[in-house]
Amino acid sequence: MAQSTRTPLSLREREPGAGPLLPAEGLKRHLPGVEPDRQLNDWGRSERVEGVFDATLAEFFYRYWFRAEVEGIENVPAAGGALLASNHSGALPPDAAMIAKAIKEEHPHPRPLNITVEHFFKGYPGFSMLIPKIGCVAAHPANVHRLLFDEDQLVLVFPEGRKGTEKLYKDRYRLRRFGRGGFVVAAMRARAPIVPVCVVGAEEAAPVFAQLGLFKRLTGLLYFPITPTFPHFGLLGMLGYLPAKFKIRFLDPIAFDEEGLHEDKALVQTVAHDIRARIQENLWDMLAHRRSVWFG
Amino acid sequence: MMDSRRILVTGLSTYWGGRLAQALEAFPEVEAVIGVDNEEPQVELERTEYVKVGAQHALLRRVVEAAEIDTVVDTRLVVDSATTTASKAHENNVIGTMNILAACSGADSPVRKVVFKSSTHFYGCEQDDPAFFDETMARAHPPSTPIERDIVEAEASLNEFAEKNPAATVTILRFANVLGPDVRTSHIHLFSLPAVPMILGFDPRYQFVHEDDVVHALEHAVKHDAPGVFNVAGDGVLALTEVAGLLGKPYAPILPPWGTGLAVAALRRLGLRIPAEALAQLRYGRGVDNRRLKASGFRYQHTSREAVLKLGEHLRLHPVLRGGQEPYRYEREVEEFLRWSPHVRDVRERQAGSLSRDQLIELRRLLGSFAETAGMEDLDGQSGAAAERLATAERRAAEAEQAAERAEQAASEVAERAAAEADRRARDEVERRVAERPPRRIGSPPEHYDDLAAEEVIALLASLERDDLQTLRDYERQHANRSRVLSAIDSVLARGETRV
Repeated sequence: MAQSTRTPLSLREREPGAGPLLPAEGLKRHLPGVEPDRQLNDWGRSERVEGVFDATLAEFFYRYWFRAEVEGIENVPAAGGALLASNHSGALPPDAAMIAKAIKEEHPHPRPLNITVEHFFKGYPGFSMLIPKIGCVAAHPANVHRLLFDEDQLVLVFPEGRKGTEKLYKDRYRLRRFGRGGFVVAAMRARAPIVPVCVVGAEEAAPVFAQLGLFKRLTGLLYFPITPTFPHFGLLGMLGYLPAKFKIRFLDPIAFDEEGLHEDKALVQTVAHDIRARIQENLWDMLAHRRSVWFG
Repeated sequence: MMDSRRILVTGLSTYWGGRLAQALEAFPEVEAVIGVDNEEPQVELERTEYVKVGAQHALLRRVVEAAEIDTVVDTRLVVDSATTTASKAHENNVIGTMNILAACSGADSPVRKVVFKSSTHFYGCEQDDPAFFDETMARAHPPSTPIERDIVEAEASLNEFAEKNPAATVTILRFANVLGPDVRTSHIHLFSLPAVPMILGFDPRYQFVHEDDVVHALEHAVKHDAPGVFNVAGDGVLALTEVAGLLGKPYAPILPPWGTGLAVAALRRLGLRIPAEALAQLRYGRGVDNRRLKASGFRYQHTSREAVLKLGEHLRLHPVLRGGQEPYRYEREVEEFLRWSPHVRDVRERQAGSLSRDQLIELRRLLGSFAETAGMEDLDGQSGAAAERLATAERRAAEAEQAAERAEQAASEVAERAAAEADRRARDEVERRVAERPPRRIGSPPEHYDDLAAEEVIALLASLERDDLQTLRDYERQHANRSRVLSAIDSVLARGETRV
């Protein structure tokens, strides 16, 4: 793995892909039009709910509580589909909302960000109703492909998945395995660039000290963490973040312009490892320059 | 452009079968529309011929071969388990489809195209579904409700048919939930309640298709060659809360997220039936990708949102219109009379030419096939006799042709004469009216007057005029002499006097 982290990501040298061409190319223009009277889009995203969420909770946490600092926002493309891959942490992870807010606040062409979440949320009452309204989408390969390829949107994935949010405070900032590289396949299929994202501060904002398997099973939740405020302050304790300083760094995008790259499993794994290594390196770098958890 | 000329519609008594047959009748290039079903048609049809046969493949095969059907449209599929029992639905959906396909398959079958009406219930509703199903996606889980299982099995037999009959075009249309003023589904029933029921904590995504778009999509598949599977659903996926808002109704999260099955069983006792497949939708919802059908040239007339708005308009208007018109009832004798009797003028007068040409073709074909079978039978023997019979058949065909031509001529003559006659009568009528203006229908009470009950008569009175009332009063006194009716007439008359 040591040498794979140094592999150059320029993929131009590869011979043209042997895989089949994307058949869906011609269907893009048949996407349904926007009905201006609607408040929800086809994914269930609600402008109104999202606006309220953005103006209250997200605004408060971004500006005053976490005092987020953003680097490299220009690496997020202003148009076309792009896949953002970030490290993940925290009980009810604040990182996704902060990245979305960062793009909204700092980017010269702010665009909505679609946050991929576990299928679990669609099946859990309450979450099922709220989660899509604020821009979350189930992490299904077909969903990611449609967003990236057909709708030219920004999509945020956490390649660590659940393993990232389950990890305890003692393992902070140590990236878990990056799944099976599904996010790389999705980006390659859609020929959309991947923008790696590093977030520092989320681990300290919502530290998890233990996971209770028994309560997880009893409540049917994804996991049942013990944090400074949960479960003794109830469900709202999930929002009881400590005021750690947030730093978000967007790294250089990796472009996949050729068709059929995703057919090459070895290439997919190499790229996934490389992205993981780049995020990890940058995290160590950001941590090395951080003087205080609370003040940066 | 249209290769389908002789079309068999299965499930003629279903809403879709009837609507489609009506639509196909309007195409002049369609020679014959034949509808089969166990039940009688529910809508008025002009030239569709109804054959009372279910899904018995031997009988169907004979119909298909005799009428040289080139296109079969199967509209029978039951997609709402509230309409019938699970075993009947299975019989219809799986066994029926198998039999119909058996009747169409084989190298010597005239069938060139099969259009099958399926449903997006094919995909089911699960937690880990994609937000938009496209036609290539298989289910991640085995079907969980009986209806879904039926649909998956029926489509499997269609795939098998397509494999074995590569010359035939097989089109499967998977329709999303249908909304519209005339069609009845479980979801429309749920939406017509005072509040839209929901499962607490869930706001599922729904996609709808308007009933007219369903008929148009079936028509589209008949008119164009579009092999494969197509999702048919209006643009736009709505959240259920949004649907309630568009209908102008509150939503009622009356179903608990856990133990939903028990609550549904309790509601069923109270008379509200939520079928299993609808319950799955109420929890997880479903969206489909409709772009493939659009790419094949189809244009939707309504988006999902517009379909809901139309339903909302209908639901508001419905209580006012209720009981307005009587439902159509199929009477075999009447239908046959209207189609075949030489005395029926109305239809013939309007399209004398085209109808007799149709008949001519029909006759030719019939006689041709008769000649053919006659020839075939005699291959193993008296070829002289065969030739003679062939000659006879040909002569008869020629005769029939002449007869048909004569009939055409006669029909046009009749039409002309009838037109002249009607003209003259109309003139006479006007003159007569002018001559005897004031008393219009002296002595004649409303039709079927004697069949009416006293209440019905009284309800009618307000709409009658003075002279009619007088007549009616005389008639009533002479015949039934019901005092209630008489006094009511008197009071209406008195009111009229004071007003004047």
